[in-house]
Amino acid sequence: MTGWLDALIQGVLLGGLYALLAAGLSLMFGVMRLVNLAHGDLIVLAAFAILVLAGKLGLDPFVAVLVALPILFVVGFALQHVLLNRTLGRDLLPPLLVTFGLSIIIENGLLQLFSADSQRLRSGAIETASIPLGGGIAVGVVPLLTLLSAISMIVLLNLIFYRTPIGRAFRATSDDLEVAQLMGVDHRRIFAVAMGLAFVVITIAALYLGLRANFDPTIGPARLLYAFEAVIIGGLGSFWGTLAGGIVLGLAQTIGARIDPEWQILAGHLAFLAVLVIRPRGLFPRAQD
Amino acid sequence: MPLLETRQLTAFYGDFQALFGIDTTLDASETVAIIGANGAGKSTFLKAIAGLIQGEPDSVLLDGAPIGARPAAEIVRRGVALVPEGRRLFPSLTVEENLLIGGYGRKLPGPWTLDRVYALFPVLRERRHSATPTLSGGQQQMVAVGRALMSNPRVLLCDEISLGLAPIVIADIYAGLPRIKAEGTSVVLVEQDIVQAMKVANRVYCFQEGRLSLTGRPRDLSREQIHRAYFGS
Repeated sequence: MTGWLDALIQGVLLGGLYALLAAGLSLMFGVMRLVNLAHGDLIVLAAFAILVLAGKLGLDPFVAVLVALPILFVVGFALQHVLLNRTLGRDLLPPLLVTFGLSIIIENGLLQLFSADSQRLRSGAIETASIPLGGGIAVGVVPLLTLLSAISMIVLLNLIFYRTPIGRAFRATSDDLEVAQLMGVDHRRIFAVAMGLAFVVITIAALYLGLRANFDPTIGPARLLYAFEAVIIGGLGSFWGTLAGGIVLGLAQTIGARIDPEWQILAGHLAFLAVLVIRPRGLFPRAQD
Repeated sequence: MPLLETRQLTAFYGDFQALFGIDTTLDASETVAIIGANGAGKSTFLKAIAGLIQGEPDSVLLDGAPIGARPAAEIVRRGVALVPEGRRLFPSLTVEENLLIGGYGRKLPGPWTLDRVYALFPVLRERRHSATPTLSGGQQQMVAVGRALMSNPRVLLCDEISLGLAPIVIADIYAGLPRIKAEGTSVVLVEQDIVQAMKVANRVYCFQEGRLSLTGRPRDLSREQIHRAYFGS
């Protein structure tokens, strides 16, 4: 019994990581209708950015991420403004092709610079610290922080989207690009700001990805798959749905692993397929999509 | 100098030419109606002015400045707002948010605030936290007009604001027009409801198959003239 309870708790905590991986993707799709195939590689890129900053400046990753955030915001803004805005239009193919190409470029660029060696963000004792809950169950401090950060990020994104003028512009642009321009909304700039914001989410996700497990330049596409699954399970266009989607995926994986360790990944994919069959629009789809 | 002027304005959808050399003027505080049959190019004309269809820089002049090739987001900041055909409210925004986004890029000082729009259309204040798809057609049209006003336009372009609405609702919306004009806003109305258009307009332009077929003051035009200009002879 304790084992199952432990699996449930660890599943929810793992779901926090998946929700963080997915939140940036959810944001990009929600505002720009952009399916970003480079999302996983961008998370890995951000993890290497934190690694380099922490190494060069002699900082703890939790401090290095604060330096990385504004830099990656600007990188995201520029990427959208210079490259991705040109690909968006009625045709869905150009953004898919361009982000697919970007994925290959990032992965190979990182391999060239850092080799295929596994890396890890080091933060001392906190990495292995845990809080005993009694009954032989303990939660790791980093997994707990991951979940709390995911929840904070979803709350923050909802505040931005539903309580600020720029958030209104995000939603209006997503609803009707042409009419948003009639309101004086410069959609190219709005998209660039949204991508900058998505890069902030990506950087936070990269911090926890790097603290919780080893990473190397080639793991991006698998992270993209988990992020996709979390977004689709949760329902397109809803941040709370994305959090729920991440947790469903995390729970499915830990429960699967509890039954048989080989089933961990498979159980996640099966949960994804089950949601697609039962509720094709996800658990919490936005009403008008 | 007119406030707004089009000179030999043309517009294309791909290879299809929708407007052929349209010359019009709009003076300050004037209301002009554009009438014509379906497909005459009336909506295209408004879209070309609002920047949704871009053309030659000199084909649209605002205060003498060429704006024909400027993007829509810049044109609304310069003081030309469009109430689009079919209202096209943002479904994921509430009534109040739809009004607020209307003032998003606003650079011009002016009279229009949330309170003023609610004073113009009081029913919107009661529904301000509602999702726009739950509103009646007339209320949605009021939001669309109010949303355009929030940018403090000098020129308000209205595309078929009476389309699909009951006569009593149309009267409600048109009742707001004098108060909009009283703020010094000039209005261009595209209307299929000729009677309504003739009542409020200082001047009328009739379009036929992308060309100007008749211009004049409503009281100077006979039924026969309008009929000919509308349907061709």
